[in-house]
Amino acid sequence: MQKETPAQGKYVRMWFDFMEWVDARFPATETFEYHMSKYYAPKNFNFWYYFGWLGIVVLIMQILTGVWLTMNYVPSGAEAFASVEYIMRDVEYGWLLRYLHSTGASFFFIVVYLHMFRGLMYGSYRKPRELLWLIGMAIFATLIVEGFFGYLLPWGNMSYWGAQVIVSLVGAIPVVGGDLMEWVRGDFLMSEITLNRFFALHVIALPLVLVILVFVHLVALHHVGSLGPDGIEIKKNKGPDGVPVDGIAFHPYYVVHDIHATVVFLFIFCVVVFYFPDGGGYFLEKPNFEMADPLKTPDHIAPVWYYTPFYAMLRAATYPLLGLDAKFWGFVVMAGAIVLPAVLPWLDRSPVKSIRYKGMWSKVMLGLFVISFVVLGYLGTIAPSPAATAVAQIGTIVYFAYFVLMPWYTRIEKTKPEPERVTS
Amino acid sequence: MTSANGSTADTAHGVGPVDKDRRYFLIGATSAVAALGVVGAAVPFVASWSPSAKARAMGAPVKIDISRLEPGQMVGPMPAWRGKPVFVMSRTAEVIERLKSPTQNLQDPQSERPMQPDSSKNAWRSTKPEIGVYLGLCTHLGCSPKYYPVVGATDWDGNWQGGFFCPCHGSVFDLAGRVYAGVPAPDNLEVPPYRYETDTVIVVGEGEGAA
Repeated sequence: MQKETPAQGKYVRMWFDFMEWVDARFPATETFEYHMSKYYAPKNFNFWYYFGWLGIVVLIMQILTGVWLTMNYVPSGAEAFASVEYIMRDVEYGWLLRYLHSTGASFFFIVVYLHMFRGLMYGSYRKPRELLWLIGMAIFATLIVEGFFGYLLPWGNMSYWGAQVIVSLVGAIPVVGGDLMEWVRGDFLMSEITLNRFFALHVIALPLVLVILVFVHLVALHHVGSLGPDGIEIKKNKGPDGVPVDGIAFHPYYVVHDIHATVVFLFIFCVVVFYFPDGGGYFLEKPNFEMADPLKTPDHIAPVWYYTPFYAMLRAATYPLLGLDAKFWGFVVMAGAIVLPAVLPWLDRSPVKSIRYKGMWSKVMLGLFVISFVVLGYLGTIAPSPAATAVAQIGTIVYFAYFVLMPWYTRIEKTKPEPERVTS
Repeated sequence: MTSANGSTADTAHGVGPVDKDRRYFLIGATSAVAALGVVGAAVPFVASWSPSAKARAMGAPVKIDISRLEPGQMVGPMPAWRGKPVFVMSRTAEVIERLKSPTQNLQDPQSERPMQPDSSKNAWRSTKPEIGVYLGLCTHLGCSPKYYPVVGATDWDGNWQGGFFCPCHGSVFDLAGRVYAGVPAPDNLEVPPYRYETDTVIVVGEGEGAA
């Protein structure tokens, strides 16, 4: 920190004295400089670089509203559904806390999907950022499970049967599947016992894991540095003062930039919370306004929108193969689709990192990948039909082709040279 | 170990040469014991997830009165054995005849796979042809299939012979709970263990001869 000058007032001097006292006992200034005021990021961050920060905003919001919801929620088979209605009707501002949390879940996935798409576009996963990417994938996987556990808690009929279907997936594992399923549920069928353990995992275990992973993600990021949309290392070009010439300090430049983004984001978020809290039936599904009934499956089962691309791929597996039935392969395809992006750092063989300098093939494949993801997402929300299944099968093949063929198409295509300095 | 002069040395202060083999053996032995300890400590955490005594007690056999079941009707889904939905259906002579020579393409028409007690390993998959007892959970991902007994064209089959349709993923079963070929479900509906206490009372959860 700068040394005081005579021009500074009494209170400023008191502040410096206080920080000196703290710094002798805790690396406060050092930590702030390392992560904020002397952490240099490329000066040309664009729209896509908002979503990492927004992910943290949503995480904080989910923890805050989640803690408040637990104050009135009762995790028992007889009372869970009624306690959610109690929160909605009788608790002061309970409706707001609940809608913030349920809308927050959907926005969490919107933000995370856009953040991951940024990574795909600009090669954020490339060497030396492999661990950063893997930690991010661990966050994504934890988030999927966290959302799934949370979805059972309102104990609506869709919660119940949705969870029944997903837990039954475990049963697709050969030999041990049946016993494993009973172990996960703690009962012979989904019951209050299952509800209780999902509650414990949703409110304690997984949020703790998420927070730790996000912390580790940031530690890894600040060690390797942000890559930026050109996919070039700003650390390679440092000025005489040791500061990257194309870098600007995270604080204050990107802090202000991200505060602005946060305000815009919260504005959009609040419009949904106040005017479309059920997201047209996609954020909160209609059959879930009916209490869980173990004897009556809703006429049409679909998971919440953020799982539907993977759900469509699960349903797309309809052929038995190698002596194992279609159900097992559905499980393999779905799990594979979630896990496969983790190996991207070792699939991409392009000499350049960013899509800006990659060739035609990478652009076409990324475009097809996005289209397949959106189409699969839509197909996962509608009832199964032979035509929908056929389209889902094509979509699944395209989704996997993006990854599996990457070692080839990134090598054969003609790339443009990367610039020496970042562009605007 | 780093010595005072900063280099890696084989000697520790004042105690002579370090016996590295001995050190690695001790580290290895300590780690092995610690690993066993971790496994042991994990047992209660893992085991506590298994069905509790209460859950097992709730899974006790259940009696179902079928005295008022008319031919062609089905009772259920009703919560019975282990809280799972149970279908108890009464079949007409015509249905039984049809089940003996199925025209549909079935995955396991002879009930070769272990989805039923031996006493139900026949064309109608029950001890008495006119009464069928099935768990109302699709063998795909556990949704509860719906009962459509009427013969005729339906959304999923232009030549429907009566049976069950699962709304979740479109699996189809005939009136003996046998799964059609070409649907996601891999197996016939499960037949729970059951026995007749009297002609009109079925005990679900206990097999024949358990009385």
